[in-house]
Amino acid sequence: MRRALTVIHALGLMLVMFSITYLLPVVASLVYDDGTLIDFLLAMVWTAGIGLLLWLLTRRYKGELSIRHGYLLVVAMWTAMPAVATLPLLLMLPGLSFTDAYFETMSGITTTGATVLTGLDSLQPAINVWRHELQWLGGMGIIVLAVAVLPLLGIGGRQLFKAETPGPMKDAALTPRIADTARNLWAVYLSVTLACIGVLKWAGMNWLDAICHAFAALSLGGFSTHDSSVGYFNSPLIEVVLIVFMLIAAINFASHFLAWRGKSLRVYLHDAEAIATLILILGSCIGIGVFLWWQGVYPVFWTALRHASFNLVSMATDCGFASVDFNQWPMFAPMWMLFLSCIAVSSGSTGGGIKMIRTLVLVKQAGREFVKLLHPAAVNPMKIGGHVIANNIVFAVLGFIFLYFMSVAILTFVLLITGLDFISAFSAIIACINNAGPGLGVVGPAGNYAGLTGFQTWVCTFAMLIGRLEIFTVLILFTPHFWRR
Amino acid sequence: MKILILGAGQVGSTVAESLVGEANDITVVDTDGEKLRELQDRLDLRTLKGNAAHPSILEQAGIADTDILLAVTQSDEVNMVACKLAASLYNTPTRIARIRATDYLERRELFNSDNFCVDFSICPEQILTEYIVKLIEFPEALQVLKFAAGRVSLVAVRAVEGGPLVGRPLRYLRTDMPQIDTRVAAIFRKDRSTDMNGDTVVEAGDEVFFIAATEHIRTVMKELRRMDKPSRRVMIVGGGNIGRRLAKTLERSYQVKLIEHNKKACASLAAELTNTLVLNGDGTDEKLMLQENVGEVDVFCALTNDDENNIMSALLAKQGGARKVIALINRSAYVGLVQGGKIDIAISPAQVTIGSLLAYVRQGDVAAVHSLRRGAAEALELVAHGDRQSSKVVGRRIDEIESPKGATIGAIVRGEQVIIAHHDTLIEAEDHIIVFVNDKRKVREVEKLFQVSLGFF
Repeated sequence: MRRALTVIHALGLMLVMFSITYLLPVVASLVYDDGTLIDFLLAMVWTAGIGLLLWLLTRRYKGELSIRHGYLLVVAMWTAMPAVATLPLLLMLPGLSFTDAYFETMSGITTTGATVLTGLDSLQPAINVWRHELQWLGGMGIIVLAVAVLPLLGIGGRQLFKAETPGPMKDAALTPRIADTARNLWAVYLSVTLACIGVLKWAGMNWLDAICHAFAALSLGGFSTHDSSVGYFNSPLIEVVLIVFMLIAAINFASHFLAWRGKSLRVYLHDAEAIATLILILGSCIGIGVFLWWQGVYPVFWTALRHASFNLVSMATDCGFASVDFNQWPMFAPMWMLFLSCIAVSSGSTGGGIKMIRTLVLVKQAGREFVKLLHPAAVNPMKIGGHVIANNIVFAVLGFIFLYFMSVAILTFVLLITGLDFISAFSAIIACINNAGPGLGVVGPAGNYAGLTGFQTWVCTFAMLIGRLEIFTVLILFTPHFWRR
Repeated sequence: MKILILGAGQVGSTVAESLVGEANDITVVDTDGEKLRELQDRLDLRTLKGNAAHPSILEQAGIADTDILLAVTQSDEVNMVACKLAASLYNTPTRIARIRATDYLERRELFNSDNFCVDFSICPEQILTEYIVKLIEFPEALQVLKFAAGRVSLVAVRAVEGGPLVGRPLRYLRTDMPQIDTRVAAIFRKDRSTDMNGDTVVEAGDEVFFIAATEHIRTVMKELRRMDKPSRRVMIVGGGNIGRRLAKTLERSYQVKLIEHNKKACASLAAELTNTLVLNGDGTDEKLMLQENVGEVDVFCALTNDDENNIMSALLAKQGGARKVIALINRSAYVGLVQGGKIDIAISPAQVTIGSLLAYVRQGDVAAVHSLRRGAAEALELVAHGDRQSSKVVGRRIDEIESPKGATIGAIVRGEQVIIAHHDTLIEAEDHIIVFVNDKRKVREVEKLFQVSLGFF
């Protein structure tokens, strides 16, 4: 229990800091004068107050945070922040239940992009800014979490590159201290976001849309200010810009940082994961483009390629923008996109799912088994990008994959019990656990999650949380070992 | 000449053995007293026990009036420090060090006179690796030696029934291949050098040494034997320094399997090599060999540091059907014993690497030395200096040169140009001349021939 109180103490401080982030929607409401100023200031004060209260009440339990505190704190942050973030939504959107509001903010902070709100186009600008800022903050949080914090806890794809890797691509090459690493990664993230805002404005968006979509693209969140998502703009230029920035966000930010610091693109050549991600996604774009054209969905090849590319990149990178209702495409295409959303993005990016590094480990492990059968005496260590991956890490990856698929299966069954149809249930869980956003069926790009019952919404909320925090981090709290002294 | 050798390991003792016969004063320093005693019992030289990187030891060893320092201890660092000390404290004229680590070798500026003062660095493993790579590239050859930065090669090949020239006199070489120039430097029949001229008939089983421009090697070999198909599959036993380098060099262009018995070494090999199949097991385990299809192997290399193991695994591989087997054999007594029997090529590492050291020690301007036939013969690349008055070779036709019996001038490299020697070829100053000497005792005479005399006025 003491451990929980220490964590609550730290959490209180986090909430106080979190209240500062309300400044952006406050500014937005001043600029657009949409009458939300009072509500946001109120929410800001409430959040700071709750945080301060927690902090003061538990100050006797102030202490050093150990690794075990780490798991608890990470989960507490990712559940408490969406909870307080619902305040402005509840204040300003009467009729919205807490369940739906929590789903919406969780979807924001976990960069999922699934929404229960309709009439986004008529929503006050400040609220849209707030939703997108949540995604952007969630992306920022997950980068640092994935690159700097989770490896310390022994979770996440990146611990693969921790101990055994001499060479250019390793975490130790970033900076020796977590705080410095975090600052540097944020600097990269912020600069790319600013660049994205600029380019989107140039490509024809207004400032509000540019800022919101840049936030959603870089965090691979996928919220939009329009019900018809990016389809609203119907602009190939905007789609191309977003494709580029989504792909950037789907690559490990540690690589971006190294490239930025070294002023050289060669870093990416050493990043086997980034190469695999890009090849898989771009190859699939062409494949699906040809498929749609051949199936006659779009009579012109270039139109097919355009829609295939944008929606596939958006789904595969777990972003979740949509420009057309891909639910209407022949089943193969959306299923392939869902499949990619499970595996395609790099670790240390803002995307979700299994991550490419684990996919590579699994593929190579399968290859190793073949070699082992043919050459029983062979010594065949797993190598990715020239670095040897230790066997215990391979086991950890296998364990993760097992948990991932079990989670998908069990949560899908739960949704099936509640009476949802299979395609909707399965795709909703996949889309949520991968933090992708739209699924198929009733939760497809044309619909949204508003049609789900309260219980179904909570199941999806939980899926988003465990998917975002790499499953282990959340589930470990449910093991008796964790709570033993 | 006064020569100081640091390190009485394999390289150190072989060099000592080879130089002691050439009337040099040799001192050997090592930390292992046992090795030194063994060396002193065998050879006429002085030994000193101690750390070769300590000035006091170097002084005792007589570094003050040493002409050549050969730092060939196990440790790169000791070798480099010794060279530095010799240069800064004692002004030793020539300093040669064995440097193995590629980390050092990649930064050549470390060796210049501002830093470690290493005049020449040699890496025996690298030389040996290149030597074996050549044998794999030309599986028909017994030896392929490079001269003049690789432009000219001296090749030893066994004549086999089926080669167009076998059973015919040498002079047909010209008529068979009018467009290609080559020169047969020596023919060894039943291990003895034969006197030869244009009428000498090549018999099956002869060991023929010929010199040719490197790009013509294959064509010339075709004259002497039926060509095999090029090698594709290579199996290496022993993942030590040599096995590792060899696998690394070959893995891009060949299908390489590497057998190593030490588990840890296997792990590090497998981490370093990308295209090689690393197998954990014993090189003399016939089950493993069969399982790994030794019968399909084109070249099998036994490269552990254990002679007996190498011989045994090479024999097993040959019996299992490997096309060509190569064994690394340190003991020179064994080399003669096994070569030409079931084992196709026995390599004595010391003989292969010593040439690069000898080139620096020899008098006259010697650019390269290769030891042949287990040290009995030698091929030298000498540079001719002076003019018709001061030199015994410059400005003369080859048939005018009074070269000792058993020495054959094979080729001349003039700038970029390769000239295969004929009786009327005229030698110019600064030519690199490749001389084959079939008896090592004649080497001194050859060197004298190329020295510039001062008595021309």
